Amino acid sequence: MMGAGLRALLSHWRRNPWQCVTLVAGLALATALWSGVQAINAEARASYDQAADVVTGAGLGQLTRADGADLSVAEYVALRRLGWQVSPVLEGRLTRDSGDLRLLGIEPLTLPAQTVEAAGAGGLFDDEEQEGLVGGGDVVVANPEDAALLEGLNVTVRTDAARAPGTVLADIATAARLLDAQDRITRLLVAEAQPKGIGSLPDAYRIATPAPQTDVARLTASFHLNLTAFGLLSFAVGIFIVYGAVGLAFEQRRAMFRTLRALGMPLNRLLVLLALELGSFALLAGALGVGLGYVIAAALLPDVAATLRGLYGAQITGQLQLRPVWWLSGLGMALAGTAVAGTAALIKLARMPLLSFNHPRAMRMQADRAARWMALAAAGLFAVGAALALLGQGLLAGFALLACLLIGAAFCLPLVLSAILRLAGRGARGPLTEWFWADSRQQLPGLSMALMALLLAMAANIGVSTMVSSFRLTFTGYLDQRLSSELYLRAATAQQAAEVTAFLDDRGVTVLPIVSQDLRIGGLPAEVFGIRDHATYRENWPLLEAVPGVWDQLAAGDGALINEQLARRGGLAPGDRLETGERVLGVYGDYGNPAGQVIIALAVFEARYPGIEPRQFGLRTEDPGAVAEALRERFSLDGDALINQADLKAFSLSVFERTFAVTTALNVLTLSVAGLALLIGLLTLASLRLPQLAPVWALGLTRRHLAVLELLRALALAVLTAVLAVPLGLALAWVLLAVVNVEAFGWRLPMFLFPLDYLRLGVLTLLAAFLAALWPAVRLARTPPDRLLRVFSNER
Amino acid sequence: MVLKITNLAKVYTPGGAPVLRDVSLQMAAAETLALTGESGSGKSTLLHLIAGLDAASSGSIEVAGAEITGYSDAQSAAMRRRDVGLIFQQFNLIPSLSVARNIALHARLAGREDADWAAHLAEVIGLAPHLAKYPEALSGGQQQRVAIARALAARPRLLLADEPTGNLDESTADAVLDLMLTAASQAGTAILMVTHSARQAAKMQRQLHLSHGMIARPEAAA
Repeated sequence: MMGAGLRALLSHWRRNPWQCVTLVAGLALATALWSGVQAINAEARASYDQAADVVTGAGLGQLTRADGADLSVAEYVALRRLGWQVSPVLEGRLTRDSGDLRLLGIEPLTLPAQTVEAAGAGGLFDDEEQEGLVGGGDVVVANPEDAALLEGLNVTVRTDAARAPGTVLADIATAARLLDAQDRITRLLVAEAQPKGIGSLPDAYRIATPAPQTDVARLTASFHLNLTAFGLLSFAVGIFIVYGAVGLAFEQRRAMFRTLRALGMPLNRLLVLLALELGSFALLAGALGVGLGYVIAAALLPDVAATLRGLYGAQITGQLQLRPVWWLSGLGMALAGTAVAGTAALIKLARMPLLSFNHPRAMRMQADRAARWMALAAAGLFAVGAALALLGQGLLAGFALLACLLIGAAFCLPLVLSAILRLAGRGARGPLTEWFWADSRQQLPGLSMALMALLLAMAANIGVSTMVSSFRLTFTGYLDQRLSSELYLRAATAQQAAEVTAFLDDRGVTVLPIVSQDLRIGGLPAEVFGIRDHATYRENWPLLEAVPGVWDQLAAGDGALINEQLARRGGLAPGDRLETGERVLGVYGDYGNPAGQVIIALAVFEARYPGIEPRQFGLRTEDPGAVAEALRERFSLDGDALINQADLKAFSLSVFERTFAVTTALNVLTLSVAGLALLIGLLTLASLRLPQLAPVWALGLTRRHLAVLELLRALALAVLTAVLAVPLGLALAWVLLAVVNVEAFGWRLPMFLFPLDYLRLGVLTLLAAFLAALWPAVRLARTPPDRLLRVFSNER
Repeated sequence: MVLKITNLAKVYTPGGAPVLRDVSLQMAAAETLALTGESGSGKSTLLHLIAGLDAASSGSIEVAGAEITGYSDAQSAAMRRRDVGLIFQQFNLIPSLSVARNIALHARLAGREDADWAAHLAEVIGLAPHLAKYPEALSGGQQQRVAIARALAARPRLLLADEPTGNLDESTADAVLDLMLTAASQAGTAILMVTHSARQAAKMQRQLHLSHGMIARPEAAA
């Protein structure tokens, strides 16, 4: 019985291949966008974890001197004699002409077992690498991308593509030679299992418990959440397609279900068969989607890696690996999405009376009822959204607000469109126009899912492009203010810095030292800068709020300026005190930087950090070309030691553009999915339209005329949806700028409007709708008369 | 006895007028019976109750010796697979299955597929040249013949036909009915047919007339 029933159910798809394509394509695309984003996230997180394992020793405790100074080899030996199972690590920056590397020196023979075990899971090193490290011969292990940087160091380089880029592993003796750091140990890794009866740790040392997450993972969490949210939005758009396809297939097979039941198929068996059918579709489309997701991820990963490198300094390996976490999550989402989209159909089947027949009016009434329920759900979602906007806190609340807004608006769409079409019908003159609007209303239930997908995709495009363009405009202005020096110079040594400063002073060039020190505020990394009192800062610095006489007070050493993200994170305002003791004098905009920043007077900085000498300078001059030429003639400067303002701005803007390259790509993909939804929706409906169009044809309209009307109908519905998408998109932009960005990055941006962009998007949408409607219209225009006549001969 | 109905009643809304009242009838194996009556007299309701598609309000129905009132959905479905064939006025073919698959469907659901019998039925009913076609390519008369073949393919004890020729012209209707009677006789199947046509009813061994939900005029075999 099950075999015969399944064959009957599946025969529907064989006879309606477009519907089958709709379902599989919708689900596959939804899964692809979701799993693509997950693949990127998984790859990035794995890179962070791996980098963290290398630096922190796979979550082991780390022993350092309490005063923060390096340990000596003698101290290490003394601790080992006391019974402490510790292993030395030497860490430092290996500066090369074309870039820096983090060099990590380890002592393989004393490494705690936990660290060695981590090797098998892509941790520190594999057996072969360990052999190389232990066997002497100055072996270093690096990512292939970094191999070129290691040339000329007189070491044997072993490459490993799975290793985090930017970090190189070596035996501690090799590392000491390369870093010129004999008798220095940065920290000791503490094995979990320590011998019984071990002596207490001398007061001069302390053991730090590793943080549950690395700094970079914490800083980039919001970026990944943004990506996930976009993936989820794309997935939702795809699920709308699936919901539409499943619902339509249900309506078309309603008579088949009744016949099967009348012939003796019990309801529960039929439900099981339908669930099996949907599950098979989900697995097939899910597998396709995961494959497609891999392709998308591979295409987007370089941009994401560049974004993360530019924005956070996080190193991501450029190679994508098949990690179970994302392909399983892709299949899981495909199954879950199908379950969500198919549950309504299964419930309808379970409640379907065996004997009632399928009257168009009953279907219309059912659609009206469904639209009313959706409007009610939308009202509920808007209420929850309003509560979240007023009371919610945190990034998740921001995304929940977005979800409420978008889904609520999508649910409202059928009712709003129906009301507009009814109004248009009332104003219509002439029978054909009246029929046009009335028939358009009749088509709404069949097209509403595709139109909802279009609404969401367009709104997302408007919202995200408004945010990005607002950001770009603000960022450009910010760069003009912030990068006000004509030239930026980086000296190779402290001696060169002193010589250059003297040289420039003689020529009347104003030299503004740029000097900084890393520190932690509120448990997160931050930087403190010392600046010289100068009109450059007084006139240009992008202060958002400040105490009166802020620059005089800063110059007098009476406090500090902080960036917006630090102010928001710590709830600080001018007049408050930082945990480092300074009074906050002002808050400034600092876009594109996730870390906190503090600015103090140069004299205060020098007193606090006497060992740090300025090596970078901003140069104010009226003739930057001549100054640059003079500097290059007098000093042997590296290629990138002297940068002019325009180059720096161009570089910053290119980092910015790459930062949002992924967002733009996902935007385009989402809109494409919505366009596809519309095309498939129209194609599917085209096969059901003949009974409604044949009578109008018989009354005297040509097939060509009917086809043009069909085209106009699709365009009218797309125009209405596009117009409704504009306010929704702007609301989305506002939430992104005022809520999500503030929570994710710590800065709030002003919102600008870009009407020409919206118009361009509207024209694109209309073009997509036109192309989607063209094929069904052409098919209608070419429908042979006997097919239209058959509509009447089939009437009973 | 293939069908035994005793004091059957059906009320759709509590307190409302009964659609069927005190209906009793019996049918022997391979017997043919026509049920006539005006629209709304309860003919189709009676067929639905016998097929287990709807539940009786009171009274008893025995199909092939088994009391079916109070059957669950699964039990009713099993009874339809095992003992009953159904023919509807609106054919109710599966549009996405070929004629051959449509004919085999009921027998396959019942687990009693018999390729030789199905081929014989197709030959008798005149569908042999159309087996590979889909329902949309057939005329109304041909579609109803497919429905008849489907209902008889599982050799049911009882065939319930609800105005099976109501959509067909007179000569086609006569031809289709003759084919149905021939095929049912070869299968040893009893037929209970609802019809408005006195001409069609006269071809059955017995006729019953339903009026306002009650059997009004029992008649002897023609």
